[in-house]
This record gives sequence, C-alpha cells and structure tokens, in this order.
Amino acid sequence: MSKLISVKNITKDYQLGDVVTHVLKGVSFDIEDGEFVSIMGSSGSGKSTLMYVLGFLDKYTNGKYYFEGHDTSKLDDDKLAEFRNEKVGFIFQSYNLLQRTTVLDNVLLPTTYLLGCDVKKAEAEAIKLLKRVGLGHRMEHRPNQLSGGEQQRVAIVRALINNPNLILADEPTGNLDSKSGEEIMEILQDLNKEGKTIIMVTHEQYTAECARRILHIKDGIITQDEIVNNRRLATNGDFKK
Amino acid sequence: MNLIRTIKLSFVNLAVNKFRSFLTMLGMIIGVGSVIAIMSIGAGAQSLIFNEIASFGTNLVGVLPGGGEEDAPPAALMGVVITTLTYEDAKAIGDVPHIVAVTPYSNGNANISFGDKIKNTSFVGVSSQYLGVEENRVSQGRFISPEEDESTARIVVLGSEVKEDLFGENNPLGQRIKIDQTSFVVVGVMEEKGSSLVANRDKEVFIPVKTAQKILLGVDHVGLIRAKIDDEKNAPFVISEIKKLLLQRHNIKDPKKIDFTVQSMSQALDMIGTVTNALNVFLGAIAAISLLVGGIGIMNIMLVSVTERTREIGLRKALGAKRKNILSQFLIESIIITFIGGLIGVIGGIIFAAIVAFGVQYLGYGWDLIITPLSVILSFVIAVVIGLVFGIYPAKKAADLNAIVALRHE
Repeated sequence: MSKLISVKNITKDYQLGDVVTHVLKGVSFDIEDGEFVSIMGSSGSGKSTLMYVLGFLDKYTNGKYYFEGHDTSKLDDDKLAEFRNEKVGFIFQSYNLLQRTTVLDNVLLPTTYLLGCDVKKAEAEAIKLLKRVGLGHRMEHRPNQLSGGEQQRVAIVRALINNPNLILADEPTGNLDSKSGEEIMEILQDLNKEGKTIIMVTHEQYTAECARRILHIKDGIITQDEIVNNRRLATNGDFKK
Repeated sequence: MNLIRTIKLSFVNLAVNKFRSFLTMLGMIIGVGSVIAIMSIGAGAQSLIFNEIASFGTNLVGVLPGGGEEDAPPAALMGVVITTLTYEDAKAIGDVPHIVAVTPYSNGNANISFGDKIKNTSFVGVSSQYLGVEENRVSQGRFISPEEDESTARIVVLGSEVKEDLFGENNPLGQRIKIDQTSFVVVGVMEEKGSSLVANRDKEVFIPVKTAQKILLGVDHVGLIRAKIDDEKNAPFVISEIKKLLLQRHNIKDPKKIDFTVQSMSQALDMIGTVTNALNVFLGAIAAISLLVGGIGIMNIMLVSVTERTREIGLRKALGAKRKNILSQFLIESIIITFIGGLIGVIGGIIFAAIVAFGVQYLGYGWDLIITPLSVILSFVIAVVIGLVFGIYPAKKAADLNAIVALRHE
C-alpha cells in the first residue's frame, strides 16, 4: 500500500472578530491507500474540521498536508475544486440531496463539473450503481419520496460516480435508525473491501469500530491512534446501536 | 462544465418557482414591450401626420407673415398679428414662373344662420384659384369666380357639413344666409372631404378673400398665401423667386429684416420629421426606464434565490464546482429570464402596436404599422445586457460563498 494522505502538524484557527479559536492544534498522521479509518471525538473536538481539511473544502492555517504526494498548500482554488470533484467523494449526515431533482440527476451532479465527461457513460454508470444499492426502481423519484436510508444510499452513489479513491463520510449514520445505518455501514465496508479508502467521522464507538483504525481526537489534538482488533462487520448482524 | 447542461439546469430552477420567475420576467416583458410599442406608435403617429400633410400635396409653397429667421419669434406664439402680407402680394406671386395657382387666406370665426338655424363655424376667405391649390371640389353650384376676386361680392360656398346642418336635404343654391349680420347668397356646396388633423374643410364656408377682409374682418392683410407649383423639384427656385419678389415689394434692403417666411411643403415635412423623431427618441427613452426597473427586479429575485439556495451552492462546491461554474449558472439564469421576457415583450409590443394601428386605420386615418428591426433588436439586446449587468452581483455573491458555511446554512 502506498501513502495516500500525509498530514504533518496541521493547525486550523478561526477568527471571529477579535477572538481566535484554535480548532486544530497540530495534527499529524498518515493514511495508506485502501484503509478504513474512523475519526472519533465529541462535538467541538475538531473532527469535522479535520475532515473538511482532508477533503479540500477547508484550508488549514499551518502545517503540511500531502495528498498523493501533492503539497496541497501549493494548489489554487480551481485545482482544489478539481480534487474535490475527481479524487474525493463526500457523504454527509443530512444527505444533502437536491430536493427538486430526481435521484438520477442527484447522482449525476458531480459529473456536471467533470471536464470532458461523457454524459451517456456517466448515466449508465449511475444506473448500474443505483441498482447495486437496491435503488434501481427509485431513479426517477424525488429525494423526499425516499426514506432516510435510501437517501443516504443515493448520496453514497453520488460520492462514487466520478470514481474517486477516497470516500469522506461525515456521521453517515447519524440521522438513521439502526437497521438503515447497518445497511449503510455494510455498503461502506464492501466499498473498502473493493479498495476504496474511507475516512469516517463519528462520535459513536460502535460505528467507529466498523473501521480498521480509529483516530481519537479531542480539543484539536489526536489523543490516540488505535488499530481495531475486533472489527464489527455490518453483515454479521453484529452492528447494533 | 457543459453549457447545455447548465442551461437545462437553469430552466429546471426557474420552473421550480414558476410564478416568481414569471413575475420577474414581467418586468422585462413590460419594459421591452413598451419600448417596441412606443417606438412603433411614434412612427405610426409620424406617418399619420405625414400622410395628412401629403394629402395637401407636396408641391405646395406657403408664404407666412413674419420673418422665420433668427431674431424674429414666431408671430402666432407671441400673440402678435403681423400684417405684412396682402392680397396684392398673392396676385404678384401668381406671376412667378412654375406657379400653377395661388390663393391668399383670410380666416375668421362667425355665427352662420339660415332661418332659425345657427351654427358657429369658421369662414375662409380665398381667391377663385383655391380649388387649384387644395385638393377640393364643388359638388353643387359653382365656386368663387375670378371676377369676384376683386369685388366684395357677398356670395358663399358651403362646406358639406354646414350645408347638412343648415339645409338638410333642401337645395341651398340661391338661398340667403347670414354670416354674423351680413347677408350672403349661397352659390355652391363643396364635396365632402372628411376631417383631417389639420382642418375640417367640411365644417367651413368659403367666401371671396376681399369680402372676408373688408366686410367681415375689417383688415387689409391676409393670414397666409399658398401656391401650387408644377413640380416639386422647382420648389427651391420658386421659393427664391418669391423671396426676391416680396423683398422688393415690401421695400426691404436688408435680408435680415425680412418680414415673411417662404417654405415648401417638403421643407415643412422635414421639419416635422425632425421634431417627431426627437419626440420618438424621448418617449423610447422613458419606456427604457421600465427596462431598468425590470433589471432591478431581476437582481432582487436573484439575490433572494442565492440566499434560498445557499446550501445547494455549498453542496455544489463540495462536489467540485469551481467559482466560475457557480457564477455562470446564476448568470445564465438571469439571462434566460431577460431573454424569454424580452421575447414575450417583443411579441406583446408588436401585438399592441398592431392593435393601435388597426384601430386608427379603422377610424379612417392614414396610420401605418411601422416596426423597425432596429427597435426590436435594440430593446432585445438591451434586455439581455440588463440581465447580464443585474445578474452579475447576485451571481458573484453566490460564487464567493464559503462552501462550509454554505453547507451548514439552514
């Protein structure tokens, strides 16, 4: 496995008026290609900020962040947008689907910003992926006609459509009941098995233990880098809230 | 990003808020529509005036009292009656080459009565050559004869409407009517001419010019001399000849102290054209203000739209939209609004102008439906430019949103 992410002593400060808040206070870790890592912490610990930094949505204040060997501080906004588009797939707690467009169009949204995208091919890929997550019959529906679990599966397919290597999931099961949550985790674990690198932010121990490795974060500092020995597998019915 | 997909997306977004999109478009529809309608109605009114004047014939030359040059203000405007033109001037002008017919005019208002019927109308004192100058015909009896030009004969030729009012179906020839207190013999009736913007000859009566001057008005001057020339192209020559002649007759050595104005009908048309053109541009500019108001409406709605869709913008950025993608998406939306609004406005403006034109034509006036491609293209282009200008600020606002803040926006 090669090194996908290398973070060295990253800090992130927010300035609100005269008050400076240090959200990340020097975070360092490496993530290899194909890993499944949970970032765990309570709310306000900086875990979401860390994820946004890793996904090129937020900029860090100091330190170094290498992605696939690129020094990300040297990339301009357009290049970062391209990275978000091609190299990363985001999954949000609240799904963030566009309510007025169909499931299929929601999935195709990232391809809108993909240079030289073959629309026909992308559509075929979207249909294939939707069928795979059991939503083949829902493609022309609106998101509000779908259950929470179904909506999150749409969001996962959307994250996959441009075939990125890295999936960033921000509390992906946070809004779901345990059964739907289990289905989502199963999909994520399957994707990991197929080689996708997954970084998942959560505050729940049992969700975090679905990953192979847990980074504990508290007050902007990594407190523990833990390898999960007894990994929960969603398929075993072991996954319970 | 694919332009066609962006345009499709914009249509979807506009369709979601159909009523709001329509109201926003309404600003453009009214703006573009009123520019086109007003330009067309202005051109139509111009054609109406031209047609009316042309119906007198374009090969007319008019002589007005009062110098039309620099320091002399228009006489009528100042309420001053200028008495420099006389019947003899008119007679002398008749000898100028290329002149076919000439008549002086001496007009006034009077009560005309026959028996117990009284009508207040205007009388026109003209010479026997009047019929050769204006396109008018006698339907009954005769017109003023050349012998009567020099006399103060108390004879009258009635306009068709005056005849109807005073005599109905009866034969008026040889009857005596009174103009104010003076008794006149009816010798003829004019053909019905129809009303024009300039005058309604059907409501007037014609008497010899000397009779009008001496008996009814008690003056020595005439109000206007009009001459018909054989061909329009001789107008410049005739004008300069008349000028020379009258300067000599009026004993004026310094051409700056000229006390009359000679003008051909085509010159008058040119002048009126200049005035009405300026008026049209002015009206068009006022209508264009509504375009501006429509543009502000678009900016307003687009700002609301940006706020409403903050989360969507954040999401799009998270999924890889660049600044320029968001910018163009919102710009295209506002351009589509103005484009469609402009299109409907063009059609609506043309329909409105056509209704006005056909309405006026139905009333019997010579009103042309004129829609210049320039006004269509211009208002359309202005509409789209307004969409661009007023769309830029909201689009910039959207494009500059911080992705994370936008994503967390409730």
